[in-house]
Amino acid sequence: MRKFMGSVDLRQILLPIGQMAIFVVGAGALCSVIMVILALLCRGSGADHLLQATQGVGIFTYTVGNLPQVLIDGMTIGFVYAAIALGYTMVYGVLQFINFAHSEIFAIGAFCGVEALIALNGLGILAKAGTIGSFGYFGLALLIGMAASGGMAVLVERVAYRPLRNSPTLVPLISAIGVSFALQDIIRMTESLTTGQFYRVIPTFGNFDAHLVLLRIGGRVIDIQVKSVVVIVAAVAMLVALNYLVKATKVGKAIRAVAQDKHTAALMGIGVNAIISLTFLVGGSLGGAAGVLYALKFTRIDPFVGFMPGIKAFAAAVLGGIGNLTGALLGGMVLGMIESFAGAYLGTYTMGAFGAEYKDMVAFLILILVIIFRPNGLLGEQVSQKA
Amino acid sequence: MLESLKSKLRALSALLNQGRIPYAVCVGLIVLSTALVYGNPRSIPSFLLFVFSASSIYWLRMNRAIQLGLAVFFAVVLVPILGARNVFYLEVIFQIAVFSALALGLNIVVGFSGLLNFGYMAFYAVGAYLWGFFGSQQPNLLHATVTTKALHTPFFMAPDYFYLFIFLGVIVAAILGLLLGLPVLRVRGDYLAIITLAFGEIVRQLANNLDKPLNFTNGPQGLTPIQRPTMPEGVLKLFNNLVQPLVGHRVTDSQAYNILFYLIALLVVVTVIIITYRLDDSKVGRAWTAIREDELSAGAMGINANKLKLGAFAVGASFAGAMGVLFAASRTFVSPETFTFLQSVGVLTMVILGGIGSITGVIVGATVVTLLNIQVLQSFSLFLSQLRQSGAVIPIINFHWSNLSNQLDPSKYQRLIFGVILVLMMIYRPTGLLPAARRKRELTERTEADPEATENGADHV
Repeated sequence: MRKFMGSVDLRQILLPIGQMAIFVVGAGALCSVIMVILALLCRGSGADHLLQATQGVGIFTYTVGNLPQVLIDGMTIGFVYAAIALGYTMVYGVLQFINFAHSEIFAIGAFCGVEALIALNGLGILAKAGTIGSFGYFGLALLIGMAASGGMAVLVERVAYRPLRNSPTLVPLISAIGVSFALQDIIRMTESLTTGQFYRVIPTFGNFDAHLVLLRIGGRVIDIQVKSVVVIVAAVAMLVALNYLVKATKVGKAIRAVAQDKHTAALMGIGVNAIISLTFLVGGSLGGAAGVLYALKFTRIDPFVGFMPGIKAFAAAVLGGIGNLTGALLGGMVLGMIESFAGAYLGTYTMGAFGAEYKDMVAFLILILVIIFRPNGLLGEQVSQKA
Repeated sequence: MLESLKSKLRALSALLNQGRIPYAVCVGLIVLSTALVYGNPRSIPSFLLFVFSASSIYWLRMNRAIQLGLAVFFAVVLVPILGARNVFYLEVIFQIAVFSALALGLNIVVGFSGLLNFGYMAFYAVGAYLWGFFGSQQPNLLHATVTTKALHTPFFMAPDYFYLFIFLGVIVAAILGLLLGLPVLRVRGDYLAIITLAFGEIVRQLANNLDKPLNFTNGPQGLTPIQRPTMPEGVLKLFNNLVQPLVGHRVTDSQAYNILFYLIALLVVVTVIIITYRLDDSKVGRAWTAIREDELSAGAMGINANKLKLGAFAVGASFAGAMGVLFAASRTFVSPETFTFLQSVGVLTMVILGGIGSITGVIVGATVVTLLNIQVLQSFSLFLSQLRQSGAVIPIINFHWSNLSNQLDPSKYQRLIFGVILVLMMIYRPTGLLPAARRKRELTERTEADPEATENGADHV
């Protein structure tokens, strides 16, 4: 045991936790500061008067009062995006291509996890499980989702990407789009044949919907839902594990070697195909876990659930610098924060002219702007301009 | 086995193209299929044969003038008459025409100049919303909230401005293509594809959300009613007088509109085909190919890649803009649902199935995918639902057809079809069913001393 502990590189565990903390605090603080300045500037504007007339508070009080909740939401969704973005970025790092089907891998994870929970619920197990037990069963669902997604990712790579490995860049991309569309319908077909339903709802169990009070300031309560805590803790644990796998193990070294130069890696005795499969397995299972977490957070999933989170996570991966694991964390966090802020404040500040429905568009705009002006991303290390 | 099949096919084509045989085969096919469609207006196989006989005009080796005459006769006389008998066919052919034009436009961007575009439907949407906005009451309803009821508001424009708006659609879509093209010029390959995807989604979301602060698009409910151009006075009467005995019933006003829109679509498609042919065989077309193959060398040859890429975006977009205007008028309704990423990928599927860069191939691709989508799958759905009601049982596993889920409706599984086509084509036949001649040469003669270079390398620009 001691020997085992001795071989664990603690630095590689603490470092990503520290990075994540910095990213969360940094992105949150930056967004908050901008928002507060904006609120100060907007005092006396039409939006201010409207708020005072309808809710009896000034725009500054309103903005600051809502900040904690917005930050918590942003952090939660940011971690989900980060977990999905890692799948994109790992595959891009190794194969230099956009695994467009990753969003459906995510959806498959969500469906398998939710179906497992529904089955457990049907057997009456979930109702009898205590608080601890329900966490255990959720963990089980998470594992099932991870296994299904990881397996599917490997299968997809074997069937649709490997035959195209030496083709021009656009060929595997088109194939990936095809896989993505086919998988959407396969999920739908399976669901409609077995359950006859289009969407599934995660059963209510345990105390996931309860609120934990973090702070009481005056009459205001700042609280966080238990499920948000679960999402954050699970995501952090996985991200640390992934970071450890890639940065501090022999397998991780092989992955990095393949990403750098496939031919030389093969000469060094690394089984390139096996490593690529492994990359898909790891990235896919991360995506699957993110899917189950997403289902826990938003409760309802349908076969097309993957598209939006998928494209946003891709935006996050590009924002952070695609091919760069730390970058995916940063990008996910920044995107989650921006989206949460846009969703919360856009409607108020524009007096209802542009509401929360534009928050999806924010992600697309960021994607376009980053690709045009800084294609290497915030932390970019890989130059990805290829014809 | 594939080789023997190929040689057999070659022998068959040689046999069919001897002397006067092609004339007999072509006319025979047309007469036979026309009779079949006329006799059973609801039979799908006979309609498929009808479409096939149209293509035989093109495939068989005949005198150019006779070919042209047959095609014109087929398109302008046969189709309207048979279409008036069963309007659904006209609808199918109209859709084929619309998607052919879209696929040809996308083909210029993807096939000729090698820029992958996933947001192509945005240009179509812009055309559709252009006429949708100005051709409906919407300009007078800017301050109204979203309603589904038709209000008693006057229309903004006379319906015949529609013809002007086809050209305006071309111009506006082309300008939008330039606008999209300008910032993305420095981006290549897969990143470009993702940017165009984001662009397409932004346009769709704008259409979805621009019902406030001013109600431009009426939100997810869409714009309706949109005006159709006025039917020329007396034409309907004349048509009825001429063909009523053939059609078997009086052609109503709405059926006549179907024929009118079919004819306009035909005109647009023919124009698009001619433009595409001329472009493909021009200095510009060869420059596009050069950029597609190797942008760096193309630049060294003195090709202004940026200008030409912008041109490709604009030309491709303009086709979609024209078709969008036509679509809005023919449906009298536009909503954001029509312009999803799914549809963009659908058009891409047509291009890739038929053969990237090949004009005939793209049209064939559009025809096959459209037929599959709105005819074959739908009839399969119908068949399944009949099976469900029939109470039949699969014997050995004892499966009652009536237990089959209602959700299983093949006509709703477009995504699966598109997806499987894309993956299979990429793996087994990336050049498409009917590859462009130039691509085929490149693929078969690459190992030799690249005859392409000596053939037209000198007169590139």
